Amino acid sequence: MSDLGKIKHLYARAGFGLNVDDLATFQKTSLKHATEQLFKSSATAQPLMLITENLSFKMASADKTDTLTRKMFMKQQREQEKDLNIAWLNQMSTTPAQLREKMTLFWHNHFACRSQNPYYAQQLNNIQRSNALGNFKTLLMEVSQSPAMLQFLNNQQNKKGHPNENFARELMELFTIGRGNYSEQDIKESARSFTGWGFNNKGEFVTREQQHDEGTKTFMGQTGAFKGEDIINMLLQNKKTASFICTKLYRYLVNDVPDSRHVSAMADVFYKSNYEITPLLKFVFATDWFYAPVNTGNLIKSPIDLIVGLNRQFYINYNNPDVMMQFQRALGQVLFYPPNVAGWPGGKSWIDSSSLMTRLKIPSTVLNNGIIDFHGKADPEDEALLATMPNRKQQTQTPAQTTPDWNKFLNDIPKGTTKDQVASVILAAPIDNSIKAVIAQSSNIRSMVVELVSTPEYQLC
Amino acid sequence: MKRRDFLKNSALASGAFLIPSFLKPFEAMASNELSGFKNLVIIQLSGGNDGLNTIVPYGNDIYYQKRNTIAIKPTDLVKLNDMQALNPNLSALKELYDQGWMSIINSVGYPNPDRSHFRSMDIWQTASASDQFLTTGWIGRYLDANCTVNKDPYTAVEVDDTLSLAMKGNKMKGIAVQNPGKLYNNTREPFFKELVSEHDQHLNEDNLGYLYKTMIETYSSADYIQQTSKTYKTVAQYPQTGFANQLKNVAKFINSGLKTRVYYVSLSGFDTHTTQLNQQGRQLRIYGDAVAAFVKDLKQTGKLDDTLVTTFSEFGRRVEQNASDGTDHGTANNVMLFGGRLKKQGIYNNAPDLGQLDNGDLKYEVDFRDVYATLLDKWLNVNNKSVLGTSFRGLDFV
Repeated sequence: MSDLGKIKHLYARAGFGLNVDDLATFQKTSLKHATEQLFKSSATAQPLMLITENLSFKMASADKTDTLTRKMFMKQQREQEKDLNIAWLNQMSTTPAQLREKMTLFWHNHFACRSQNPYYAQQLNNIQRSNALGNFKTLLMEVSQSPAMLQFLNNQQNKKGHPNENFARELMELFTIGRGNYSEQDIKESARSFTGWGFNNKGEFVTREQQHDEGTKTFMGQTGAFKGEDIINMLLQNKKTASFICTKLYRYLVNDVPDSRHVSAMADVFYKSNYEITPLLKFVFATDWFYAPVNTGNLIKSPIDLIVGLNRQFYINYNNPDVMMQFQRALGQVLFYPPNVAGWPGGKSWIDSSSLMTRLKIPSTVLNNGIIDFHGKADPEDEALLATMPNRKQQTQTPAQTTPDWNKFLNDIPKGTTKDQVASVILAAPIDNSIKAVIAQSSNIRSMVVELVSTPEYQLC
Repeated sequence: MKRRDFLKNSALASGAFLIPSFLKPFEAMASNELSGFKNLVIIQLSGGNDGLNTIVPYGNDIYYQKRNTIAIKPTDLVKLNDMQALNPNLSALKELYDQGWMSIINSVGYPNPDRSHFRSMDIWQTASASDQFLTTGWIGRYLDANCTVNKDPYTAVEVDDTLSLAMKGNKMKGIAVQNPGKLYNNTREPFFKELVSEHDQHLNEDNLGYLYKTMIETYSSADYIQQTSKTYKTVAQYPQTGFANQLKNVAKFINSGLKTRVYYVSLSGFDTHTTQLNQQGRQLRIYGDAVAAFVKDLKQTGKLDDTLVTTFSEFGRRVEQNASDGTDHGTANNVMLFGGRLKKQGIYNNAPDLGQLDNGDLKYEVDFRDVYATLLDKWLNVNNKSVLGTSFRGLDFV
């Protein structure tokens, strides 16, 4: 594979894909330099700062019988949730820090969490972003001590004498060593170590000493008056945590089907570096296997990858941002609304008859301001709002109200670029005879592009 | 229509009704093949329907004590026996009940109940335990277990524009069809048609092959569903609601002889934290009137004996009402069943025990997976263990 081919692959997996104007930049660049560039662009973290008010406090202090006020708060919170979702999607769609956002999305799924409180959801998202390329231990600790996660996994209710095991269970099953590597007894004992972990009404982590069980616990063969931090440290000392994270990361960046040799090489690097994320990523991006044909152009894009990639490549402007919500619902991935604490399973599970047809239609609809006639289901958490709406609108057909910047796209194509080269920026998957025919038959670049984004090949990265 | 027109408009409302040669010709099923072909219709009430104001335990004083502003007066209720009665908005179901086409299972739930909508819905759709996370749905796994016989996506049809997790298995998935004509037209976009015809053979096992395989199956299923369902014209009258229209579509599919084993339909709006009486009443009216029309339609066409309808919600609500004339998230709930061949008609088990609560919530008496096990073993003819992971004993309602 040429260096340009490798760079395209790198950006497809470590980011959301190359743009046509990147062709000029990368045509004469080495892979090494392009990799450095990738990390450099992501050196700083731009937090989301949209939500400035914690409405839950206001709601808590309001009169409970005042249904009108309650409804108003619910509506405001709903607006905040939507604004936050769109702000992140827009950030992914425009930022030069592609790698950081792509990894934030990875941690967003790894530490899957739903918060009724958009202020806390934003806070957790920013923790995941600022540590996305940093140290996993710091990330894990900050996530575990965030109000969103403490609330989501019921640790506010985890008290001395009345332990709530939810957080301890998910910490092991989903965040660190994975199923099969701990006993029910380990969960019970470690839950006691996390008693008293909570947050105050400023949204800050606190250890409520009088609720903390200071007794001795026996965890994974060791005995002591362990605190929560000790449990987390012990879990990280276990190399299974490195393997578990690397398996998940491999499936996210490399292939649905983990290759145990590659994963174990990754786990070695990760463990030896004390869970530093950047050296691990640099290791992966420098291996030969990352660029092997079996690992290129064969991952099914997540709905967010699909939408963001399209937005980035064609500089899409959404006159009605609700359309982006509609796409997420119809495709089965709404940011901040994972299906459960295990996150979105990914891979082939994105695809069924209806989601595939919708996925095939969305790109051309967005590029042509076409008609949207699919809606997706309401999230279960929206039911309370739905119940208060007596005359819900019948589902209708609406224009997408999207404008791509075709002029920029067409002008950005370097002079002398062939149609085949443009096609290979759009599609990561191998170009077979039927795609070659599409390219050959198209009368101009623009119609060729619209056809290419309507192929199943475009669903892969 | 030229390909370019699609690309310009992307309205995707093509007029080209070509039947590609590579699709298997549509074969009408012989009538003997059709009789005894059993359907399961699953109705999901989303938001946590308040079971106690649906099938009202009016014979128990505690009900009136705990719900002083939202309890329904005995004189307004449609009584079923001297303990339980239908919400007046479900009056249309009384006829079904009297005919022996309705059965009610009380206090259905699961151990360590979760009060979050999405988690509890996830548990019901995946048939998991409350501390277990599954990425496949129980109907999806039914398709997997039976994939040599039922190899087409239309074996399980959801009348909606997206597919619920319940319908997704590891190997097999159902298909979402809001409107057969629309699905058919979408798949017949000339550009898609070209792609499908060029990839009919030699698909690889990789993800690209999987995408093309799904596309081809959708193409073929859309054709089958459209061609089959259009042979039947609905005679029965249905209410003018979106939900009734969905059930009307299900009836059309069943009456036309579509080889579908499972249908899935949802109705939203049951999360009634405030001013519940009106909100829930409105949704129950929509539900009851539509189900009554549907069941009577199938009786008329002779399909009721081959159809079993089941209704669930992710949880019931707390026994005591809240301060906003509503109810908050609870636990166990009733499951309603309809069909022509119910073994135990009417009320299946004791009314919920309002005197023995678990922290203000109903205790479950029937595990929902025993309901599923019964449907799997006795109606869909597949061993419940192969779908549920562990073997459940099941019940005796069919």
